[in-house]
Amino acid sequence: MSIEKLKTDIAIQFKQAGKCYVNGSEKQMVLQNITGDVPAGAVVTLVGPSGSGKSTLLSLCNLLLTPDEGEVRIEGKEVREWDVNKLRQHAALAFQTAPMIPGTVHDNLMLAARLHDISLQSPEELIQYVGLSKNILPRSAEELSGGQKQRVALARTLVNQSSILMLDEMTSALDPSAAKEIEELIIKIHKDEQKTILWVTHDLEQARRVGDYTWLLANGRLIEKAETHSFFHYPEKELTRRFLQGELAGGKDL
Amino acid sequence: MSLFTLSLALVFVGLAILLSSGLKLGLEKDMVIAVVRSAVQLLVIGYVLTFVFSSNSPFFTIVMVVLMIAVAAQNIVKRKYGFPKLGWRVVVTLFAIEAVSMLFLIGLNIIPPAPRYIIPFSGMIIGSSMIIASLLLNRLNAEIISRKAEINVVLSLGGTPKQAVHMILKDAVRASMIPSIDSAKTIGLVQLPGMMTGQIIAGADPVQAVRFQLIIVFSSLATAALTSIILGSLIYPALFNKHQQLSFKEY
Repeated sequence: MSIEKLKTDIAIQFKQAGKCYVNGSEKQMVLQNITGDVPAGAVVTLVGPSGSGKSTLLSLCNLLLTPDEGEVRIEGKEVREWDVNKLRQHAALAFQTAPMIPGTVHDNLMLAARLHDISLQSPEELIQYVGLSKNILPRSAEELSGGQKQRVALARTLVNQSSILMLDEMTSALDPSAAKEIEELIIKIHKDEQKTILWVTHDLEQARRVGDYTWLLANGRLIEKAETHSFFHYPEKELTRRFLQGELAGGKDL
Repeated sequence: MSLFTLSLALVFVGLAILLSSGLKLGLEKDMVIAVVRSAVQLLVIGYVLTFVFSSNSPFFTIVMVVLMIAVAAQNIVKRKYGFPKLGWRVVVTLFAIEAVSMLFLIGLNIIPPAPRYIIPFSGMIIGSSMIIASLLLNRLNAEIISRKAEINVVLSLGGTPKQAVHMILKDAVRASMIPSIDSAKTIGLVQLPGMMTGQIIAGADPVQAVRFQLIIVFSSLATAALTSIILGSLIYPALFNKHQQLSFKEY
């Protein structure tokens, strides 16, 4: 395999990436020395105690936050070298709470199309693709249920035809059946569009079901990265074993 | 009116201070400071205006206007909104408002180009502009904090900072203008505006006083719109860094 080929086969590459937050005179490292590759087309599930830096890691990929150390490369190119608007179209980020902009479902669906001045052939088709009825289009987006909002948020990112999709605990605020439906929708999107997915979840069963690879973040460090099956069955690190047994919470005991 | 009759009005203040101490409001000290400050400031400005009007020099008029803008800008900036480099943006806005209003009022011969007109009109225009700017910043500050997620959604879809704050800026501009519009609607019904009252007390023809007041109403509507729009468009780029991230610090 040529080096060129190898480059493009890695969708997201972290090279000793780190991020710190400055709080007054105090500097706190929220991520340090993150090194790892997300292969193109793969689903990588990202697990770890809350506050371990999972959301921060996603924000580094679309430059919603700037890495303070090391590099983050998207398809071979460092995030700061990208045209930032192109980068964010290319690597879509869906948020935990699926915030809606004020207006109708249709307005939300058309948001990316409006931002980039592209014409969306059929909003009806798109809303049906994510499992909602087209009758919902004229309704106020704020009135939707949590699960419906997540569907609209996913549809909103699809308009940009991104090749990378980053999901930040999309199902954590939903009841189990709605969560399962959203999970199935994401799997469908992955199959149809061959997207690379970096999927933050606190639901370990979900991480095991959907992942090709699973990474464990704890206290800002990447503790273990492995194929999902071996991650859950043959964890190499003591910390991973304790995490899987539910002994790590909120970054304590590290 | 003699200084003696004026000092009789202090009886009102004495009454307020008695009430404050009786009800344990703890405002006595502030009231005394307010009385002393307002008396000193207004008496000084009275003498300064007498001097400026009699000298009839454009230089002193400009100095007065610059001072007004400086005080108004300082008054806005001291509130510590989370906007970076706010000072020069406010100053530019106020200068632009003053320049446009004076060009318009003097250019169309609505008021004569004399210090006696320019200074009071500038004072009222800069004063109302200052209030509008504070309303805008206050609202924008609150909206950005509560609608951060919405801004990040637009940015994450590849939208520009301008696209990300467009709706929020529009709402804040609208909100900052509503008090001016409402007060223009009820003017004269609820309270007589200060300038008009003053002219009438000084013996002017009420209809003449009303005409001047209308100039003020019309120009404050225009300055309200201009202040919000100019300041809004100067301020939003400062909310983002070079990587198009929202870099807004909450206070």
